[in-house]
Amino acid sequence: MAKPRVKVPKSVKKGEAFEVKTLIKHKMETGQRKNKKTGKMIPRFIIAKFAAEFDGKMVFESDWHPAISANPYMAFYMKADKSGPLTMKWTDDKGKTVEATSKINVSG
Amino acid sequence: MTEKMEMTPLGRRAFVKLAGGGAAAFVATTLLPGLAEADAKAVSAAIKKLIGDKKTKPGKITLELPQIAENGRTVPVAFEVSSPMTENDHVKAVHVFAEKNPRPDVATFRFTPASGKARVATRMRLAKTQNVVAVAEMSDGTVYMSKSTVKVTIGGCGG
Repeated sequence: MAKPRVKVPKSVKKGEAFEVKTLIKHKMETGQRKNKKTGKMIPRFIIAKFAAEFDGKMVFESDWHPAISANPYMAFYMKADKSGPLTMKWTDDKGKTVEATSKINVSG
Repeated sequence: MTEKMEMTPLGRRAFVKLAGGGAAAFVATTLLPGLAEADAKAVSAAIKKLIGDKKTKPGKITLELPQIAENGRTVPVAFEVSSPMTENDHVKAVHVFAEKNPRPDVATFRFTPASGKARVATRMRLAKTQNVVAVAEMSDGTVYMSKSTVKVTIGGCGG
């Protein structure tokens, strides 16, 4: 899987909800398309799960179906009481995963 | 400084474009009552699979979708569920469906109090003009539902 891109604010206020934006390159093959040359259906191949963990706890999770557009963009919210790494995991329906980590910087 | 994410603005007012030759046709919403029922049934079945027999109430969910989506392959969708997101009162999950897609399930989003806000933005595929439905499960067991119609110019599920 391609390397995901994540955007978090440079610094956040303690306990205040902030937005995390994520983007990952993936065809999100629906399984509904036909290969025009061979006439065969192109098999489904999608990223099926996204999970975000902070300070040892799940902050946000998502199950995706083929109706999520190619190159999935997803923005969600979370809050943090202290600085630390936000780890995010994308898992495709073949079980392969890709991870990304962003540093959350809590000021005051 | 700001990273450019490919995001079309949400809630954009739609303009009906009368195009010249070679443009895609508008998908007219000519619904036969029987067909409309079939789609609603597909979504009801999908909802039941996720929340059981609970009754849904209107309210709490703000669904943001364009009135007209020119490209069904990537339709920006966002929602926010009004909730204090505390341990005792928060949104547990939101399920999104598209009534007339080959399969109605779009995604499920799961939250905890650490989410801070039950707000998500993403992009979805819509096969044709249809209703997008959002169902929110709260921590106290109540379930809310909201739906919005999107007119789709070029469908986004086929090849």
